[in-house]
Amino acid sequence: MNRLRGGLAGQTRAGVQRWLPASVRAYLRCNAQVLISSLGRLYRSPISTLMTAAVIGIALALPTGLLVLLDNLERVSIGWDGSATISLFLEQSLDDEAADALAAQLRNSPQIQDVRHIRRSEALEEFRALSGFGEALNSLEDNPLPAVLVVKPSEAYSGADAAQALAETLHARPEVDMAQLDLQWVQRFTALMEIGRRGILVVGALLGLAVLLIVGNTIRLDIQSRRSEIEVTKLIGATDAFIRRPFLYTGLWYGIFGATLAWMLVELSFWLIADPVEYLAGLYQSSFLLRTFDLGQIANLLLMGATLGLAGSWLAVGRHLNAIEPR
Amino acid sequence: MIRFDNVSKRYPGGYDALRALSLHLERGQMAFLTGHSGAGKSTLLKLIALIERPSSGQILIDGQNLSRLPRRRIPFLRRKLGIIFQDHHLLLDRTVFDNVALPLVITGLGHREIGRRVRAALDKVSLLGKERAFPLTLSGGEQQRVGIARAVVHKPPLLLADEPTGNLDPELSREIMALFEQFNQVGVTVLVASHDLDLISRLPYPILTLRHGQLRPGAAATRS
Repeated sequence: MNRLRGGLAGQTRAGVQRWLPASVRAYLRCNAQVLISSLGRLYRSPISTLMTAAVIGIALALPTGLLVLLDNLERVSIGWDGSATISLFLEQSLDDEAADALAAQLRNSPQIQDVRHIRRSEALEEFRALSGFGEALNSLEDNPLPAVLVVKPSEAYSGADAAQALAETLHARPEVDMAQLDLQWVQRFTALMEIGRRGILVVGALLGLAVLLIVGNTIRLDIQSRRSEIEVTKLIGATDAFIRRPFLYTGLWYGIFGATLAWMLVELSFWLIADPVEYLAGLYQSSFLLRTFDLGQIANLLLMGATLGLAGSWLAVGRHLNAIEPR
Repeated sequence: MIRFDNVSKRYPGGYDALRALSLHLERGQMAFLTGHSGAGKSTLLKLIALIERPSSGQILIDGQNLSRLPRRRIPFLRRKLGIIFQDHHLLLDRTVFDNVALPLVITGLGHREIGRRVRAALDKVSLLGKERAFPLTLSGGEQQRVGIARAVVHKPPLLLADEPTGNLDPELSREIMALFEQFNQVGVTVLVASHDLDLISRLPYPILTLRHGQLRPGAAATRS
């Protein structure tokens, strides 16, 4: 039985050996070993590891959290984007029946989803109720307000450009005095969001730089405390790559731990504000729910952390490792 | 194996550690290097291990000209050497096994093979039972033997030792020297720097005496 098992193991090993040349296998083995051993080294000093990771985590959590918040705001505004409406102010001379007929005609157009007719009398009532000029209006003989058709373009014509074109077509009709596209404030909102996004990118870049320096400094201290070990391994014939490797992997782990912590911090913060947000959404008759990360974003965050950690340790290693030579 | 041609080493500040020194050690030879402190023993060993570069002259190790060796090739030269230090230079946070395994780990050997060779080396210095121990729990003689195991585990063709018996009593010193003789008998070139004249003059190997950075003429007497 033992011999059988040994034989099978031998076969698989031979299979792997055929796939990869010996030097590549040695290289991979070295890297895997260091990946694990550097993790073990961090595990043996949990407090300092946790503190470094926490600093990185907080630095990463801030821009990440703001970006997620911005994403949520954008999701709110997606609904608005589609709700572009065109207000058609009709000619004063048009009576209610003619306006109704026009509304019915427009409703049949494939470019238009719905038309709401605000009669002149309704407009007057509304104005009287909302404007506070009720008394003044009473003194007028005629209703000065035009009838309004609120046109909701069909799905395909909801985009800013298409809706604008539609508004112009409608404006050209003889019954229409004026056509107004209610899209401006959506555009303003989008512009504000863009400013917010840029701002977050700037903050994110600065904090990313901070992470780079934190990791770099931690690795520099690590290098100094392991000076004699580095000297001995150099004397024994270790290449620079071999000596560099554990420090690079340590930086990599710091980055990954920091990113994981950032992820948890953001989740926690959003969990904390989820209830009030749901309440607020309820007040607007919306079923809006805060969303945090999807898998792709988590992967991105971890990748970002790992890259920053690796880059930070690379900087430290490049600067400080060559300075250590056996004496 | 080792050839020095007119090698001088002047340290910054103008101190001449070696002056136009020439020597030749054949492959498979064993020799002692002696001289009072400051005579240049350590400098000579450091030049072989490329810890220092000569100010002038030429050094050949195993046919390789060190002055033409670029920096990135230095590790591969050092892998041909086994170096033993007076203060053993062990890594105190690692077990005896891990210390001895280090020269094999840096070459990327598989861990089954590492285990086999490390145990063979530890067996050679009679420390097989101590592989899980940490260096600080060992006696001075045992620590030095761990250092020797580490120096020979990768079977280097050249063994250098800098005052390997400096901190040991005569009994242990004789044991250590006996180990070096055993390695020499299987073909390893051995150069031992020592000022323990009592001990080395009783052994049948040439003694190279350094004085003021030069070999004392006629001192390389071979007894047999």
